[in-house]
Amino acid sequence: MSDTAAPPTTKKDWSSDQEVRWCPGCGDYSILTALQMLMPELNVRRENTVFVSGIGCAARFPYYMNTYGMHGIHGRAPAIASGLAVSRPDLDVWVVTGDGDALSIGGNHLIHALRRNVNLTILLFNNQIYGLTKGQYSPTSEVGKVTKSTPFGSVDQPFNPISLALGAEATFVARTHDMDRKHMMETFRRAHDHKGGAFVEIYQNCNVFNDGAFEQVTAREARPQMLIPLEHGKPIRFGPDGARGVVLDGQGRAKIVDVAEVGEDKVLVHDEQRDEPGLAFMLSRLARGPFEPTPIGVFRAVDRPTYGDAMQHQLVDAQERIGPGDLTTLLHSGATWEV
Amino acid sequence: MTDTTQHALRELDRVVIRFAGDSGDGMQLTGDRFTNVSALFGNDIATLPDFPAEIRAPAGTLAGVSAFQIHISDHEISTPGDAPNVLVAMNPAALKANIGDLPRGGTLIVNVDSFEDRNLAKAAYAENPLHDDTLKAYTVYEVPMTSLTIQATSEVGAKPRDAERSKNFFALGLISWMYTRPTEPTLDWITQRFGKNEQVMNANLLAFKAGYNFGETAELFESAYEVKPATHLPGTYTNVTGNTAMAWGLVAAGQLAKLPIFLASYPITPASDILHELSKHKNFGVRTMQAEDEIAAAGAIVGAAFGGHLGVTTTSGPGVDLKSETMGLAISLELPLLLIDIQRGGPSTGLPTKTEQSDLLLAMFGRHGEAPLPVLAASTPAHCFYAAIEAARIALKYRTPVILLSDGYLANSSEPWRIPDVESLPAIDVPFAGEPNHDGPDGVRLFWPYQRDADTLARPWAIPGTAGLEHRIGGLEKEDGTGNVSYDPVNHEKMVEVRAAKVAGIAKDISPVEVDHEDGAELLVLGWGSTYGAIAAGVQRTRARGKKVAQAHLVHLNPFPPNLGEVLRRYRKVLIPELNLGQLSKLVRADFLVDARSLTKVQAQPFKAAEIEHAILEFIDE
Repeated sequence: MSDTAAPPTTKKDWSSDQEVRWCPGCGDYSILTALQMLMPELNVRRENTVFVSGIGCAARFPYYMNTYGMHGIHGRAPAIASGLAVSRPDLDVWVVTGDGDALSIGGNHLIHALRRNVNLTILLFNNQIYGLTKGQYSPTSEVGKVTKSTPFGSVDQPFNPISLALGAEATFVARTHDMDRKHMMETFRRAHDHKGGAFVEIYQNCNVFNDGAFEQVTAREARPQMLIPLEHGKPIRFGPDGARGVVLDGQGRAKIVDVAEVGEDKVLVHDEQRDEPGLAFMLSRLARGPFEPTPIGVFRAVDRPTYGDAMQHQLVDAQERIGPGDLTTLLHSGATWEV
Repeated sequence: MTDTTQHALRELDRVVIRFAGDSGDGMQLTGDRFTNVSALFGNDIATLPDFPAEIRAPAGTLAGVSAFQIHISDHEISTPGDAPNVLVAMNPAALKANIGDLPRGGTLIVNVDSFEDRNLAKAAYAENPLHDDTLKAYTVYEVPMTSLTIQATSEVGAKPRDAERSKNFFALGLISWMYTRPTEPTLDWITQRFGKNEQVMNANLLAFKAGYNFGETAELFESAYEVKPATHLPGTYTNVTGNTAMAWGLVAAGQLAKLPIFLASYPITPASDILHELSKHKNFGVRTMQAEDEIAAAGAIVGAAFGGHLGVTTTSGPGVDLKSETMGLAISLELPLLLIDIQRGGPSTGLPTKTEQSDLLLAMFGRHGEAPLPVLAASTPAHCFYAAIEAARIALKYRTPVILLSDGYLANSSEPWRIPDVESLPAIDVPFAGEPNHDGPDGVRLFWPYQRDADTLARPWAIPGTAGLEHRIGGLEKEDGTGNVSYDPVNHEKMVEVRAAKVAGIAKDISPVEVDHEDGAELLVLGWGSTYGAIAAGVQRTRARGKKVAQAHLVHLNPFPPNLGEVLRRYRKVLIPELNLGQLSKLVRADFLVDARSLTKVQAQPFKAAEIEHAILEFIDE
């Protein structure tokens, strides 16, 4: 919750005294820095902020934030955080998770937290590999991935996390990457300010087990040609001078074209507030993986009552209708008799 | 209603009636109504619902038989009765499934209309048992319940198929006449329950009255019976099932601790009724969440507990399996929460609607690592209320997850309960941490989340929103005191030992086990959970035969009451009856080196008092 009276803080106030123990060069460091730099700008209090995680490299995150935090069990962070967020709507609850944690062992909890629209900010560090268990393929690894558990190449079709979140009725869905602090901070800010379940996929480099997985799209020199910025109300264009753009073709499919060939007025204007998620879903399918031009930014941001508010409303309504609970009355609510 | 003067009225001190029919016949409803009217009348009662897991098993088959047994008495009773005196069988399958339990000379009332070829074949009767010698040992009343119900309800204009559905109310009316039950409570209830559908309401009212009047006017029955009210302690009484009492106990615990209740559960038989009941009480600030699975339910209450709520999850055995990992986390986090396990027949899906006590060792040990937690068990339906409060008290005071065991029998059966004065219930003190608790090296006051209370060994409960106490906890081993992640081997051993000592130390804070003492007894019957009633009745019977037998019943299973070892050693013989293969017996033998004898039953049915009685007599005479 934003609180106008929150005292000013600095990045240091949000950093815990614990030594950060990710591998040197890990993308997690830049995400941590982006978030610690963002927190003073959010006008929130440390004591009202909670980071909840599951298991995995990303899941160590709460130990490094000087807030309340819980390092939970594998995959269960959205469930734990849901219980906290709906019982304590006054808190800012963040979930930090990875591709194995959120999409494999915890897939069920993630989709249900999103469909319920629990007021959570979920940061999914996607490095397309299992890091903490030392390098097995993950549910976002590409087909054919050679790892310790797939010496002949993975035969699993990967999840597209953005498509999955949209399919799970998420009200806020965005993507950012660990090479662009400014973009991360802006995306995290939007996700935090969204009321309801906010889902952010972060392309994160694992320099030990899957180095360069996103390099084709996130390397500084590649970005103009390979990242498609999504900005609400603006035509979806990228490349030098916005030479390329996204249009809907005759069959209603999203497609990348040269803007000069089709004309500027044909370029799709991004509308993150569309109630119907189909177009956002199509955008999420533009790239088959981080080796083709890939949209980043906010895919979808719509308003829907949160689960916690709806639950709270029923409590308040019941108390207004029948008055606060009285134990004696409850115990006498069945048929009674005197002896 | 006409009076019963033209028939003889005979007094009974007790009677056991079993209603049995197809699962679509409304036998549970019939039994439930008879129970409530008997309770209101002032009888002591105990009930045993017994129904199949299938919602609508194929009609008329043995698999689809649903039964409800009720014991009504003019004196205090503790079991639903070993065997019925009266069996009401609505169809041949119900007869076949239940006749074996009716002692010779018992009364059998059958719906003769249903004894036609098709139903007889479904029940695998080659011949109609009403037409041969099969039932000659019983007093049989053949009542055409279906056709009489259709006739009686013809004025409401329902189709015969719909009209027939009221035949359970005909049966209820008939039995209400036989046992001189007041009719008004049932008529009022039908009016209330079915008021929205006038045709159904009128059909049920007419069928009930027709059944009652049939008993009155038919020459079939030579007498009606009267079971007078029991003498209970003065007070206001209500009839509760174990699941209702459990839900009310949780509401009470929240009120006593001044904490909001957060219940997250996944639907599962036979626990779902607690979720249903608590979902009604939002005006008490009770939040209920139907989670996506058992694991999420456990996870959500860990989150709620971190936030300062009393987190509760209700389930049965299969759900406990799934929640094991989260219970381990809660043990490591040292957060207070309750897992309530309404045990049923296992393993795997097992017998979902039937009772068993086979999760005791699961509750004790079903987690990886050294992961002790307190375990309690409720003894009777009404005791579920007090057990819930006690479980919450322990969880909150010691900041630990607690497993509370009930079972399918307690969950669904009911007994009259003298409603306690709310003022008499114990207050539960919950001090949240409010300020730093440790002197740092430079004189700065710090908050150490694992700095323990010297007496209880509980750690402070600092909830988010408390400025200055921000801290991180997790499932990794923690350094003693600071709670920081620690891989130090000696620290790990220390933490394992202190977690165990904390749970073991609760023994100082619980009531000693009481012995229902027969002076000079050489045999003690030790029980736990829902076997209380059957054991008490069995012990009484042996005492009536002049045997000196003592009884003790455990509510606290981990830790055991502090005096248990001393009590056990007082007796030459110890008998432990359980609805499993001897789980408490293993614990007692291991903890106290007592050569206890196990009496086991795993037929997914409660013990009969006679089974306890026989086991005691055999053992004592050895």
